[in-house]
Amino acid sequence: MEIKKVPTRDGFGKGLLELGKNNKDVVVLSADLTESTRANWFKNEYSERFVSCGVAEENMMSVAAGMALEGKVPFCCTFGVFAAGRAWNQLSISVSYMDLNVNIAGTHGGISVGPDGATHQALEEITLMRALPNMMVVVPADAIEAKKATIAAASIPHPVYLRFTRCGVPLVSKEEDEFIIGKAKTLKEGSDLTVIACGNMVCEALEAAQILQEQGVSVRVINMHTPKPLDEEIVLKAAKETKGIITCEEHTVVGGLGSAVAEVVCQNHPVPMKLIGVKNQFGQSGKTEELMKYYELTASDIVKRAKELLGA
Amino acid sequence: MMRKRPDINELKEKAIKIRSTILKMLQIAGSGHTGGSLSEVEIILTLYKYEMSHNSKKPEWEQRDRFILSKGHGCPTLYAVLADCGYFSEDLLWTLRKMGSKLQGHPQRNVPLGLEASTGSLGQGLSIALGLALAAKMDKKDFRTYCLMGDGELQEGQIWEAAMMASFNKLDNLCGIVDNNKIQIDGFLKDVMNVEPLAEKWESFGWEVIRVDGHDVVGLMDAFDKVREIKGKPSVILADTIKGKGISFMENKASWHGVAPKEDEVEKALVELKKQK
Repeated sequence: MEIKKVPTRDGFGKGLLELGKNNKDVVVLSADLTESTRANWFKNEYSERFVSCGVAEENMMSVAAGMALEGKVPFCCTFGVFAAGRAWNQLSISVSYMDLNVNIAGTHGGISVGPDGATHQALEEITLMRALPNMMVVVPADAIEAKKATIAAASIPHPVYLRFTRCGVPLVSKEEDEFIIGKAKTLKEGSDLTVIACGNMVCEALEAAQILQEQGVSVRVINMHTPKPLDEEIVLKAAKETKGIITCEEHTVVGGLGSAVAEVVCQNHPVPMKLIGVKNQFGQSGKTEELMKYYELTASDIVKRAKELLGA
Repeated sequence: MMRKRPDINELKEKAIKIRSTILKMLQIAGSGHTGGSLSEVEIILTLYKYEMSHNSKKPEWEQRDRFILSKGHGCPTLYAVLADCGYFSEDLLWTLRKMGSKLQGHPQRNVPLGLEASTGSLGQGLSIALGLALAAKMDKKDFRTYCLMGDGELQEGQIWEAAMMASFNKLDNLCGIVDNNKIQIDGFLKDVMNVEPLAEKWESFGWEVIRVDGHDVVGLMDAFDKVREIKGKPSVILADTIKGKGISFMENKASWHGVAPKEDEVEKALVELKKQK
């Protein structure tokens, strides 16, 4: 049976549409790429609240800050590489320092972007955005969560960075599930070890847990859709109740979700950890599936690392 | 619409008073940006004493005109003028750059004190001002937004991204002012990175350009009068100024960009300022 896959950027597009209907203060700024980010769905319905910025990300972020000062709720749309990397100082000084309700949508996160290669595969946004005071970072696990995260971000009076995928991701949540930024979700209970994942790696983690279950290993799976502010309570509970923690992100392991979890674990209740992610490398062209395998980001890689951690 | 002009002599005297306040502030702070604070005195003074609609008793009044100091390092002048307008007590001025002070080394947003935005990382202020002006247009609000940039700051690419976008959106409620003192920390702009011809650059980006002597308060008022009548595009006032203006041994010296005067230097400077009255 073919599993239904939906890009999380589609959930973002739907979230914007709902915000457009219900919140007259929401404005959408786009640095070109309007169709790729799905900002065009909003543009087609609410053109008077759509702001075309051209290929100029730095200006876009500071313009959004100015609009937020006047009570607007801006969503800045571009690829993650350009949002987080290129306009970092603008997000720091214009947005985070003033602690404004500016929301940044970075689509095309991770190497799963595929054939466009390294220049368009964002691998550092969690690290870069996490380092900014006041900035929150949300990486939805699927399109349903992406829509909810988008809507939730609008009503948080702080900057929020939202990371979305270009490629399709299997649905791991349901419409009726509760979604709260900063509150992680235990998707599967388990007692031997815990896998904490975000974004499209949540699906891989669930698959790995299933494989391990069949081999007699009980794995807890946590969907950490908010790397910042991190749900420390759920992390420490896992550290205390299971023998070790594996983190999974389609992102560099330098300073990302794994680092965020490790910061909490090592200072409060040290347990063995493995950090799965891109190992301080650039991406490259290829098919999504090929790249996920090459960079060791699949369910079978999680299984392998789980066995290493348990000493099996 | 002509508005009532302040007494020219009073304004000129005020400029001298502001200059002496700035020098004392910087001396007490022990660090800061002297040259560029002195060059922008008449510009900021004319904005607050003539051009802008604002009320220090109601700093959050929705219809107030907005001022963004994109060249954030020039904040001593803004702080001194805001205190003079009654936004806060002069006592606060002597806390500049001190631990815990609301008057940070570069402006930190504090609307009750009259500080509209956090600036200091050069190149961002014009974009912020653009965002304010764009939001005002969307909501059909009448307030105007003013943004003061340094000429060295125009080397930042982001300024030109904003310049392009402001005219694209026909933001005639946005007025840029360039403090054209021709010196940056490394030396003369013409030697570090030339930004001229400035008038042609701004014009080609779709802006109305007015060039004035940035120390002539009458010329500045005339320029603001003219700008208010320009419709369908943003305007920029290129204000030719002298870095370190008013103090003979500071004028036109890059070495005074980022250095505060010592006690004896302030004394000498105050004597010079007294003679200008």
